[in-house]
Amino acid sequence: MKYKAFDAADLAALRAICGEGRVTARDDIGEDFCHDELGGTFSRPDARVRVTSTAEISAVMKYAWGHDIPVTVRGSGTGLVGGAVPLEGGILLDTSMMTKIVELDERNMTLTLEPGVLLMDVAKFAEEHGFLYPPDPGEKTATIGGNISTNAGGMRAVKYGVTRDYVRGLEVVLPNGDVIELGGKVVKNSSGYSLKDLIVGSEGTLGIVARATLRLLPLPKYKISLLVPFPDLESAVNAVPEVIRSASVPTAVEFMERDVILAAEEFQARKFPDNSADAYLLLTFDGASREEVELAYETAAKTCLAAGASDALISDTQERNEAIWSARGAFLEAIKASTTEMDECDVVVPRSRVAEFILYSREVQRRRNIRIRSFGHAGDGNLHIYVLRDALGEGEWKAKLAEAFGDLYAKARELRGQVSGEHGIGYAKKAFFEESASPEALALMRGIKAVFDPKGILNPHKVV
Amino acid sequence: MKILVCIKQVPGTTQVEIDRETGTLKRDGVPAKMNPFDLYALETAMRIKAKAGDGSEVAVLTMGPPQCEAVVREAFMMGADRGAILSDRAFGGADVLMTSFTLAKGVAKTGPYDVIVCGRQTTDGDTAQVGPEMAEWLGIPHVANVKSIDRVGAGSIDVTVDLPDCEIAERVPFPCLISVEKGIFEPRLPSYRLKCATAGREIAWLRLADLDDTDPKHYGLNGSPTQVKRIFPPESHVERVALEGDDKAKAARLADILDERKFLR
Repeated sequence: MKYKAFDAADLAALRAICGEGRVTARDDIGEDFCHDELGGTFSRPDARVRVTSTAEISAVMKYAWGHDIPVTVRGSGTGLVGGAVPLEGGILLDTSMMTKIVELDERNMTLTLEPGVLLMDVAKFAEEHGFLYPPDPGEKTATIGGNISTNAGGMRAVKYGVTRDYVRGLEVVLPNGDVIELGGKVVKNSSGYSLKDLIVGSEGTLGIVARATLRLLPLPKYKISLLVPFPDLESAVNAVPEVIRSASVPTAVEFMERDVILAAEEFQARKFPDNSADAYLLLTFDGASREEVELAYETAAKTCLAAGASDALISDTQERNEAIWSARGAFLEAIKASTTEMDECDVVVPRSRVAEFILYSREVQRRRNIRIRSFGHAGDGNLHIYVLRDALGEGEWKAKLAEAFGDLYAKARELRGQVSGEHGIGYAKKAFFEESASPEALALMRGIKAVFDPKGILNPHKVV
Repeated sequence: MKILVCIKQVPGTTQVEIDRETGTLKRDGVPAKMNPFDLYALETAMRIKAKAGDGSEVAVLTMGPPQCEAVVREAFMMGADRGAILSDRAFGGADVLMTSFTLAKGVAKTGPYDVIVCGRQTTDGDTAQVGPEMAEWLGIPHVANVKSIDRVGAGSIDVTVDLPDCEIAERVPFPCLISVEKGIFEPRLPSYRLKCATAGREIAWLRLADLDDTDPKHYGLNGSPTQVKRIFPPESHVERVALEGDDKAKAARLADILDERKFLR
């Protein structure tokens, strides 16, 4: 696709749609809007447009469609694969001002809102009204629009599933500016292809989410975490399928290793409640009554002890949960602080192969002589594996990173895993995705993209 | 070495109603937990026990209605070796003075101890006075604001005391009482293994009749000199400071403020 060169007339037209103050010209756009959270991909937009309504998004898209201007949607910019980076310049359509919570429908248990509402505000609003919005990705300052676009997962996926499972309806602006409604407040829907589910996880390449209706659950009143020390990582992770099969499904199953915990202790200047073991599982249970939760955790504790755990430590108060989860929340920043630069692999493998994959990542660390750290969602097989640059020079870093990633993605394929569990493909993981997906599947995806966006103006060069 | 930790069951949330007549907290039907400050006291006791070596033990003592057994069981799950509960209607409604008096009677009954460890304060009473007052009733030395345990000897303990403008290193002879600061150690979590192992462990229940002073006028609401005159929500205000000047001056001033408030070490 050949795009039109963005000029002063385009800027004026956008300003006529959105007003002077909400359209920023290329030279006045800060660096922050040229990359996302991981920072590997950098490109400056010609204009940053802060939209405030579906009508405005539609008007901007109509203009862009008519003038062949590429458009990239951006929420908070907390993505990790370059998905919100405008590779062809053009318009950066920023939804961060669309923060209205439109309706809480208590009878249908749905929440309708605009795409710029932050995940933490969605969770808080739901809880204040006695509901739970289950998806719980670590990045709470992400927008709900971004979460929908990447089909974000998070720690509670083991029990509750991922974002797609909680999107009931969407209002979507198509690349040509048309506005369509998909899904609704209905619980079941067998009416044709599920376009709503196709938009979820499409990373802003098919349409723009202008409004979403989310499904809520009743808020579980009781929550307890178990911190389970194991002599080594292998026995810890191998216990996970047993735990999940036992009577009550935990909401989260995280694994963590001593060196990552030590890094978090140093980073936070606060001790972790236990440091007796090399590896830990962190299990969380929720439920409507104390009895229900106690029964659940006791069953899991027994299963873990039988699988070689040295104990099962109980975290049942706000203070205790805070001590554990603040460390868990600091892992990423602690690893980041321990090195000069890093890149992440967000593969997902079948639950039964998690231990094998992590042990393999250690082998890669040895073989490629590069530091690799990991922690993550043992319960759903989604691993976050960080390759760290440390003191390597630019050339050596790039070469070693490519080798290590090559090894890791090849292993994930071998174990019948997928390239991304929750971050998406964006731009950064495209090459790995193309290697991993079948040519037939890729052709179908490209076909779908062409149907939605025949001019290819929406988020060019992403996903497929 | 015999170590005692005084613990208390407190409301699990801050949403607690107050009895307008007596000025005491309505605890019935409210989810409860161990006073968070006591977790640090219990952890400190476990560390002292580990340093003191074989034959040492950690006991816990609490006072409250029968349901406060839960915090003693929880202390067992964190490693305490034995527990006692002061529970009698006559003890109800006690103010700081009567609480410390009753606890002192409990100590006399279940002791002797080399070291008594208390948390800094409770999250419901918030006075931070019960520990020191108890030591006064017992006639033993006491040190509050303890931020670290530096040495555990055969007849004394070395501690560092955190005061607003200085720190003091103290050697305190046994028997003694120390009140420890939040954060002295990161408290361990209750263990499921210990939960199973201590489920049937007996707890000593102490009623008024078991103490050496059995006059009910010396306990509870009756014995408390504190009279609640009025109850009102505390005033709160948020202080905002705007820094003036260029970036360098503002940064320097900010660093000073953080330093004054001990955020920089």
